[in-house]
Amino acid sequence: MKEIEILIIGGGPAGLCAASAAANLGATVLVLERDGEPGGQLVKQTHKFFGSKKQYAGDRGYQIGNLLIEECKKNPNIEVWTDTTALGVYEDGVVTAERQGKHLKIEPKKIIVATGASEKMIAFPNNDLPGIYGAGAVQTLMNVHGIVPGQRVLMIGAGNIGLIVSYQLMQAGVEIAAIIEASPTIGGYLVHASKIRRAGVPILTSHTIVEAYGQESVEGAIICRLDENWQQIPGTEQDLNVDVICLAVGLSPLTELCFQADCQLKYIAELSGHVPIRNEYLETTRTDLYVAGDVSGVEEASSAMVEGRLAGISAAYSLGYGAGVAPQLQAEALAELSELRSGPAGQKTVKGIMKLMDKGEAVC
Amino acid sequence: MLNKTGIPTAEDVKKVSPSEERLKKGPVAIIECFQEIPCNPCTEACKQGAIQPMADINNLPKLDFDKCNGCGLCLSRCPGLAIFIVDGSYSETEAIVRIPFEYLPVPKVGEKVAGLNRAGEELGSFEVVKVQSGGQKNKTYTISIVVPSDLAMDVRSIRLGGVRHAN
Repeated sequence: MKEIEILIIGGGPAGLCAASAAANLGATVLVLERDGEPGGQLVKQTHKFFGSKKQYAGDRGYQIGNLLIEECKKNPNIEVWTDTTALGVYEDGVVTAERQGKHLKIEPKKIIVATGASEKMIAFPNNDLPGIYGAGAVQTLMNVHGIVPGQRVLMIGAGNIGLIVSYQLMQAGVEIAAIIEASPTIGGYLVHASKIRRAGVPILTSHTIVEAYGQESVEGAIICRLDENWQQIPGTEQDLNVDVICLAVGLSPLTELCFQADCQLKYIAELSGHVPIRNEYLETTRTDLYVAGDVSGVEEASSAMVEGRLAGISAAYSLGYGAGVAPQLQAEALAELSELRSGPAGQKTVKGIMKLMDKGEAVC
Repeated sequence: MLNKTGIPTAEDVKKVSPSEERLKKGPVAIIECFQEIPCNPCTEACKQGAIQPMADINNLPKLDFDKCNGCGLCLSRCPGLAIFIVDGSYSETEAIVRIPFEYLPVPKVGEKVAGLNRAGEELGSFEVVKVQSGGQKNKTYTISIVVPSDLAMDVRSIRLGGVRHAN
């Protein structure tokens, strides 16, 4: 049995920031990372991040990832176990995990769940053909392994992920036939959209995929326009000759561990699915279990990092560390979060969190 | 509509354009940022005090065209690649447009490249007169091309022959 003060499940932007923040206050921390390397999605992000200096704005995602990994490495209070998957959180507080075929038991005083989110899938005929990828897989192939997924891509979804991955594909010399988006407006940042558009890639809003086709793998896709009721308009079909269809149709919080740990969850569309109810300091309804990052509602990496820091400080503070400084650090993190969410782009999140914290509604 | 196509309208562009007179005076930044998002590196990049600090990080950047000397620091810092430098004083009939560039191969000085407008349509073939590296950390190149004066506010991207993975 491994004993530790704070166990962090997930070594992405939220988990690493939580680890540093808690360890800096004096707590001993163990981070479990399912992948071979920590960093989460940051390692695949080659674009410059938005936000302010406090969230490393202007730096590229992978550079921020390296920085966070370095900070954790040089902190003697932090241990990171890679290739380790958390399996369950038990009633007595024991967490089990699997590493290299071994079943491990960990007994933490506090747990921070920072498991992130998984990609959504959409239904259309032949969506199981080889050549149909999630945007995250395309990023892993290209930006981690240096492999291009194909030669001509149809991107589905004009949120930030769809736009950014399209741009990365273009940078790798892959052609984007079109980016289609079912809603009438572009969901991602318009500067990303403009950057891609002026390189000659059409962004077609109110468009959907009718079907994919191909013998052994994707050879093309039929797309069409949608009316104001999101119904396909007959006669508007277009046949695109593509060998890759990339899905960037949203993310769902990875809340299995929270469900299993008996945290109360609530379905909040604005936060992209079922999310754990938590207080201002990110502690869930299960005492001593905190959440941070996309698992608590899908957002940008910049806010995931700040949430991680907030959860790390709060968990350490509740163990008696940081007396005198922790409340100030918590206040700073909360101020940063509300600053990041205060604009039009953050309204959805703000609304979601309000719904989440409203005690009147039904929970599960 | 920008939020349907990704193409800023003439209206949008007009809001962030300096006067003809200012353009003729020398290099100036054009900040084509039209959406309130939490982002402020441009304000911190500006050493001239031309891009004013934001009261709220979601505010749109505000540029004082008279204080701007077109140094281009903001261009290389903008995460959205939304800042361009236009120098209308280059010659009687031509202007220089500086464009952020993050593709390969990087064009060479003297090379002719296709100039594209905000919709990605080709406006002609223009000469590259300067290539600045963003450095090890930043990595964004700044490419200067010479365009006819009347296209200075239209050319916003370039296309090279390029190496493609496609066969």
